[in-house]
Order: sequence, then structure tokens, then C-alpha cells
Amino acid sequence: MQVFDSGNVAAATSVKLARVQVVAAYPITPQTPLTEKLSQYVDSQVMDAEYVAVESEHSAMAVCIGASSAGARAFTATSSHGLLYMAEQLHWTAGARLPMVMCVVNRAVGAPFSIWNDQQDSISQRDCGWIQLYASDHQEILDTVIKAYRLSERICIPVMVCYDGYYLSHTYMPYRVPEQSAVDAFLPPYTYRHTLGPEKPTSLNTVTLPGGRTDIHGNFAPGYMELRESLDSEMKKAVAIYSEIDAEYLDIAGRGGDPIVQCYLCDDAEYVAVALGSMGRQLHDVADGLREEGIKIGVLSLAMFRPFPADILRAQLSGRKALIVFEKAFSPGQSGALRSELQAALYGEASQPELFNYILGLGGRSYSSVDFRSSIIESIQRKPGETGRCEEIGWIGLGR
Amino acid sequence: MADDDLRVLTSDSYAGPGDAGRTGAWRVLRPVIDYEKCAPAKSGKAACFLCWLYCPDNVVSKTLEPKIDLVYCKGCGICAEECPPHAIAMVEESKFSDLEAADMVQAGAVTAGADRD
Repeated sequence: MQVFDSGNVAAATSVKLARVQVVAAYPITPQTPLTEKLSQYVDSQVMDAEYVAVESEHSAMAVCIGASSAGARAFTATSSHGLLYMAEQLHWTAGARLPMVMCVVNRAVGAPFSIWNDQQDSISQRDCGWIQLYASDHQEILDTVIKAYRLSERICIPVMVCYDGYYLSHTYMPYRVPEQSAVDAFLPPYTYRHTLGPEKPTSLNTVTLPGGRTDIHGNFAPGYMELRESLDSEMKKAVAIYSEIDAEYLDIAGRGGDPIVQCYLCDDAEYVAVALGSMGRQLHDVADGLREEGIKIGVLSLAMFRPFPADILRAQLSGRKALIVFEKAFSPGQSGALRSELQAALYGEASQPELFNYILGLGGRSYSSVDFRSSIIESIQRKPGETGRCEEIGWIGLGR
Repeated sequence: MADDDLRVLTSDSYAGPGDAGRTGAWRVLRPVIDYEKCAPAKSGKAACFLCWLYCPDNVVSKTLEPKIDLVYCKGCGICAEECPPHAIAMVEESKFSDLEAADMVQAGAVTAGADRD
């Protein structure tokens, strides 16, 4: 079925299709109509779920932790300061290896107070142990949430599905909705690995000593550091596992095939523009225009930021002349996080591209295809070796 | 559910002795029971057992002569505080380098209930 609606409704539709059992959300700014839609679905019994209206985002995540631990499929959504208010619980969810999906509708963080789009909120939470996926249009929001539940429940790591506030959340686009029966076949009911109950009382995530220990059954129980190491090594498996899940989804929905990176005109490209989220789509048009002028440029849209798909990026980007990395978030005093990590991934490669970093759209500052075009031209006109310093940032749209 | 090749390590524990490690090593003061004063030991009847009831680590046995599992006892002193006849002394661990607990009580080196008053 094809519908024409907002990105938030696409997300709510996917949560309904995933047969989520517990939705916990704080309803006030910085929230979006996504959770309003879900509360309508639950109230009108279109969705068989418990909707818990909590008093804060911290509590929303706490409810999801409880629900997921008890064997219920859980969902929440937030933005901006709501995500930051959850920060403590985000680390907890990942350390506890609890499957769940959260939509992060990317918005700026204060001070000063802003409600508009950038990606500083989710990027600043990159180290909390959640998988981070970025959608670049409404269809991807819907498909990614459904696939994210499969991924999260298979790998036991929570997943953020991030999409740009306003650019995607509040605009209308056509997208296709899969049949409920197809989603049911793709996404079986969730079961938690423990059955919590009085028959087998279990304490989850109790004080864990620095070293390992012998548990009451005489088995080696891991210490804190073993748990952290396994979160890292198992999250890194998400790249391959998500690709397998995407291939299955392609069979049922007819969409997918490039779940980690989407390359546009990259085959013979000497220059590649790299971006997360909806910027990737806009860059397609920019690349089309530059190609007409004879500039061999492609676009790589990154759909997964954690785990960082370094192998795939090296394979795609080594040997290019230059990469132009556009970001809507940065680390003050350094550069964009994506640029830093790309540079780290390419370090030591025989043929390293020059890297140029542009920061744009912070706090909703407008940007256009002309901005992308002029930044790309400025980058490729610089002499080789003239830049590449990791802390250099080009700012788009300052002073207007 | 997780694949077999995923370990999904978490820190879970089950009720039972020692699931937080050998916590007896944390102890600074050791509880020593004077069975001459202890109600069930003295009377030979199953009675009192407040030490067993109050112990937060469940390391006191509910036996006519209550025994304390020193491998896990953290030395919190709640048993000594709750004991009605003041039969439990909290003794500095450093005093146990050579002698066993019971020997020390017998030898009069320490007195049960003394450090409460």
C-alpha cells in the first residue's frame, strides 16, 4: 500500500507493524507527533500495546528497560535534550544487552534553546553502546525500524533509528507500507533470554567486581571488563548481521540491498561527498549537476554510524582523490566526528584521499544545493597536500 | 534470541552464597559467638536465631550452635547489634593472626558484647 504522510507517521506505522508491546514516552517538547500517533493507535486499539505516559525521558527509558527485561517488545522516541536526559539509562540499556528500538528525531541541543534540526544529539551519544542507524527518507524510516527490531533482538544490543527533524519528521512524502502478514513472517515475537519469575529469582546487572568471579554454580562469571569487551566485539558483528537481515527484508518488501552505505555515481568517482541522513539525498542532485560539468563526483550516504563500518568504507573510499564530509554535528575544539573516524579508518591505507570537512545546518540554519556545490568545488580546487589537517572545518552559511 | 556465536555477556546473579565473590576479604571486624551466652546453644532448643534472621548476607546457620560462614561474612556487625544476650563480639581481624576465634574467647582474650557498652 502506498501512502503520503509525514516521517513521524511512517515511524509510527512501522512501530505498529512491528507489534511493539510497550511504548513509553514523554509527550512534551522536545517530543514529536510520532508518539502522539502511537497513543492514538493504542487508545483506538489499532495497536495491542501498553502506552506508558511518563514524567521524563529518563523514566521513559527506565520503563523500556523493565519491559524489555520482562520479555516485551519496547519502543520510545525522543529528540535533543530528551535524549541527553536519558543518557544514564542509554548506557545501562546497552550494558544490560537489552533489545529495543528508539527513534531519535535529530534536533539541536542548547544552550541556546533551539527546536530545529541538526545531529548533535545522537552524535554526542555515540559512545553509549547503542547501534546507530540513520534514515535518509520516509521509506527508509519505516523499513529501518522494522529491520532494527530484528537486528536488536538477534544481537541483544539496543538500536537508535535517527532521522532529521523537520526535513524528514514533519514533511510529507510517499512511501510504501508492507502487509502486516509479511512483517509478522519477517519479525517473530520477542522473547527475552531469561524468564524472570519467582521460580528462578535472578538479579540483573548487580554490582560487578573489577575482576571475574566464580558464581554459585562454580562457573566463571565475567567481570566488568569482559562485559565491555564483549559489547564491542559483538556490536562489530552488527555490520554483517544487518546485511543478512536486510537481504531477507528485500525478499519480503522488495526494498533494500544497501543497508550500510548507499553509493551514488561512485564507480568511477575521483571525489566522493560523504554524509549521514537526509543530506545524502540532497547531494544526489548536486552530484548530477557537477557530473554535467565533467567533475567525477559520487555520493556516499552512511546509514550506520555505530558500529562504524570501517571495512566497507575503506573498500569504497581508498584511492579516491578527495572526500568531502558534510556534517550537522561536531566536537568543539576538533572537527566533525564522522570526518575524524573516516580519517582514522583510512589511516595507513596505501592511497589515502584528502579529507575536507564542512559543518552546516546547526540549529536549523538553512543550506541549499548551491552550498554543497560550492563547497565541493572549493575542496577539489585546493592543491594536493594543502589541507588534510584533522581540525580544519569549513563552515557553511555563517553570517547570513 | 541471540545466535550461538554471540555470547551476550551480562552480569546476572542468582541467590546463594558467594555470588559477589569471597566477600569475607572485606571484613575488618569478625563476629565471634560465645556459646555460653547464645540462647539456642545454651538451651539446646531451636529459639531466637535473630542473628540468622537479620544477617543481610545470609551467612549465619539456623543451627543450635549458629555458625557464621567467614568466607562471605563482611563483618557488618548487625548480628552482634541484634543479639539479645550480647553473645556476639566483633573482634578486629588483626587479632586472628595466630589464634582461632573460639580459642580466643575461651582464653579470655576478647569478651563477647564488650565493645557495645
